[in-house]
Amino acid sequence: MTLSPANEALAAEIISWFPRPRSALIPLLHLAQEQDGYLTDDAMRRVGELVGATPAEVKGTAGFYEMFRFEPVGTYLVNVCTNISCLLWGGEELLEHACESLEVEVGGTTDDGMFTVEEAECIAACTEAPCLQVNYRYRGRVTPADFDGLVEDLRAGRTGIAGHGVLAQVRQSVPAERLAGVFPPEQAREAPVWLARNEAEAVG
Amino acid sequence: MGTPSATGGHPAPLPDRSAGAGYIQHAPGYVHNDGPKLITGRFVHEDSFTLERSVATGGYEGLRAALEMTPAAVHDEVRSATLLGRGGAGFPAGVKWGFLPPGKHPYYLVVNGDESEPGTYKDRLLMERDPHQLIEGCLIACYALGLQQCFLYVRGEMAVAQERIAAALNEAYEAGYVGRGICGTDFSVDIVMAWGAGAYIVGEETALIESLEGRRGMPRLKPPYFPAAVGLYGQPTIVNNVETLSNLPWLMVNGADAYKGHGSESSPGTRMFAVSGHLRRPGVYEVEHGVTTFRELIYGDNFCQGIRDGHELKMFIPGGGSAPWFFPEHLDLPLEARPVGAAGSMLGSGAIVIMDDTTDAVKAAWRVVKFFARESCGKCTPCREGTTWLEQILRRILDGEGRPSDIDLLLDIGDNISPGPYPAAAHNGQEAVPFPPRQTTICPLGPSAVAPVVSTIRRFRHEYESKITRRDPIPIEVAVAGAGR
Repeated sequence: MTLSPANEALAAEIISWFPRPRSALIPLLHLAQEQDGYLTDDAMRRVGELVGATPAEVKGTAGFYEMFRFEPVGTYLVNVCTNISCLLWGGEELLEHACESLEVEVGGTTDDGMFTVEEAECIAACTEAPCLQVNYRYRGRVTPADFDGLVEDLRAGRTGIAGHGVLAQVRQSVPAERLAGVFPPEQAREAPVWLARNEAEAVG
Repeated sequence: MGTPSATGGHPAPLPDRSAGAGYIQHAPGYVHNDGPKLITGRFVHEDSFTLERSVATGGYEGLRAALEMTPAAVHDEVRSATLLGRGGAGFPAGVKWGFLPPGKHPYYLVVNGDESEPGTYKDRLLMERDPHQLIEGCLIACYALGLQQCFLYVRGEMAVAQERIAAALNEAYEAGYVGRGICGTDFSVDIVMAWGAGAYIVGEETALIESLEGRRGMPRLKPPYFPAAVGLYGQPTIVNNVETLSNLPWLMVNGADAYKGHGSESSPGTRMFAVSGHLRRPGVYEVEHGVTTFRELIYGDNFCQGIRDGHELKMFIPGGGSAPWFFPEHLDLPLEARPVGAAGSMLGSGAIVIMDDTTDAVKAAWRVVKFFARESCGKCTPCREGTTWLEQILRRILDGEGRPSDIDLLLDIGDNISPGPYPAAAHNGQEAVPFPPRQTTICPLGPSAVAPVVSTIRRFRHEYESKITRRDPIPIEVAVAGAGR
């Protein structure tokens, strides 16, 4: 599906904050992924129209970034870190336990579509090793028993973690009258007023 | 899978720190110990990320102080404080700012919050726990330099940081700290949050700019070396790290002289260090820059309190995954760029990873190399091919398929990515990062993968050799000659 009317409005607002529309590409792809759980061809085509990029450019850019998915993943994407600090505290064993208990390979999705398990690179919680993220929400010092409890909570919907694709649950939102004004660079060649004023005062 | 890990099994549970002194439930990882707190002072409050708490504890006072001064005076203050960049290269922020060509407006400020160096996490805490301090820092920089547009780029995987920054920006816009006519003056700036989508290389400043332009995040060809010349949309652009900017509010309130009262002469102020690995009390600490030693940080009661019981230090990474490794004889070096650089490594991103005597050096090196192989953007052949080769050769050594010539092959591949004596920094004087870098690639990602390999082969060659069980294949000319007889 393409973008919903509400997301079309959000997309227009996001584009208005950038001097060039193309800069909104990654935020808009996140919006599309939040809507559908992954990037559909239709959504990518629409995002391309909005920011002035061809479908090939959109997919070529999206493909560079690991978080964007072109196929559905589980409702909960479980990223287990095995990078150096987590390796030292059993990250590999935790990943192994996750795969065994959910009966999937690394990168696989459970039959019910609930969980996808992946091996993550450093997610910046190194003192809390071994750590993992569920849809980019942290859990630290995870033992196998903790992991089983987490899975149970996720299945029962007790964690408050939204489905895959949802990142920040608060959006930036700027009232038009508070905006200083965003212009493409060719329309912003003048020195800002406060700088010009100070320079003039320094000369005077 | 199924192979013994570096620790040989699941670790014993870490001590429960929930009751420990200074441990804060709401910022797991951060340890509020004794010592000056220039940038983490607010972390002790549960609601440190709200505007209310920020303003009640001196938030935006630094901005007000700056607005009383001329932009040039603010710049001078930062320059004279010798505020060193906290992203990895340690370049003085005031000098970097001075690279902006006069009159070539518009200028842009891009905040690098794409923290993903293995072992590093300080920017995440600063963004999650005190987003207003960061916003205030951005505003001070914008005022000093005459920038009207700032982009705050947060790593894609950091959903909570994105939430806190978005909420803080909304509050700050509403309260008149950001946007049109800041604090009733003619100073106006828009700060927009952008966020990534999972790519380590975007932490490189020109790759970050590419990503912000809506493209694949691949580093740009150099020169120009600094985006201050050609950056976002081809305009002069300053890219500063989150922690660097978070220092500005304190600096403006207290002045450069007070700032230089902390830390050492060449590295003033404090720095955040994430110290992880086999420790009694791993954590993120705000530490006086340049005066504390690795030994104090690792063994001091005020810090990590030593290696976990019954074990000894084997090796440590002093500055994130890209840094060459250190060993027990380096413990008395101060946490300062120059001596660490002269000893052959770097402080980098303030990430220290401690490995005890149970750690398999080859396995640990492989793990760091695997990261760089995965994250290589593919633009430069020596990095794209070289990191992958390094990873595969290390993997086969670990799998018992290694050959005696593999050790020299690893060093040879390393030499093709970063030619000459390694690390170059230790051979050309005192600088932590050699400039221009000795590398066959555009950015330092490729050379970073060489660090763990060279470090561990030099020190623990016997560990490599003990894993190598196969013989070298018979050279083709010998095989052919044999067949002809």
